[in-house]
Amino acid sequence: MAPSPDLPVDPDVDLHVPADRGELAAHPGTVLGVIAAGGVLGALARAGLQTAFPHPPTGFPWATFGVNVVGCLLIGALMAVLTARPAGPLLRPFLGVGVLGGFTTFSTYVVDAQRAVTAGAPGTALAYLAATLVGALLAVWTGDAVTSRLLLTRADGAAAR
Amino acid sequence: MTVLLIAIGAALGAPLRYLTDRAVQARHSSVFPWGTLTVNVSGSLLLGALAGVPTSPAVAALVGTGFCGALTTWSTLSYETLRLARSGTRRHALANVLVSVVAGLGAASLGYVLGRALTG
Repeated sequence: MAPSPDLPVDPDVDLHVPADRGELAAHPGTVLGVIAAGGVLGALARAGLQTAFPHPPTGFPWATFGVNVVGCLLIGALMAVLTARPAGPLLRPFLGVGVLGGFTTFSTYVVDAQRAVTAGAPGTALAYLAATLVGALLAVWTGDAVTSRLLLTRADGAAAR
Repeated sequence: MTVLLIAIGAALGAPLRYLTDRAVQARHSSVFPWGTLTVNVSGSLLLGALAGVPTSPAVAALVGTGFCGALTTWSTLSYETLRLARSGTRRHALANVLVSVVAGLGAASLGYVLGRALTG
């Protein structure tokens, strides 16, 4: 079964979605500018947390784990809101592509795992790889499910009045 | 200074992820998110290489924390996986996340080995 053409598979940009397809041609400078600005905010927040909670090479990278799981929870919530109530054209590029894309990181995830193996802690590496994977997927599902439910409850409430 | 370097790296990395995703998607019509896989694997290769060479804290902030950190993403990967699972292609969803992790680890290791080899 193919996904609905109106719902994006890829929140960065999904060319199957007409609004996503047209956004760059319509305002190239603005779209790339808000993505860059959001990316800076997200990356600085991530770096701040990583500096506040450092870990030794053999230790569990709690800061990056937390950043990635929270970022996944928030993208689930954000996309649920945007799916239910289409907002301004720059909200997804700024918050989804920029802030959350810049906040979460995949490269540090795999390199920290590899570093733990090199440092002689393969168990920590494996636990970290699995915990992030499961945590990220549970978080995105929770963010989407809870937000969709809240929006539905509010919509029902508004319809009943 | 470190803050500025991270900001510059991220200001380049995040838009490059978006542009790469667009360019990759424009070349095929599959629902499999090849674009995100491309940025995640490339960023892991680069960060792996960076881990294998002697680097200054400035380069680590600019290229590692800023650029590679913003180029790669877990939020997009997890949402795509959720969407693929919801749309009924559960095998695609599972493949997406497993291929990403395995390819990312492979790329990071390859980068590390290349980095060590090049700098002796």
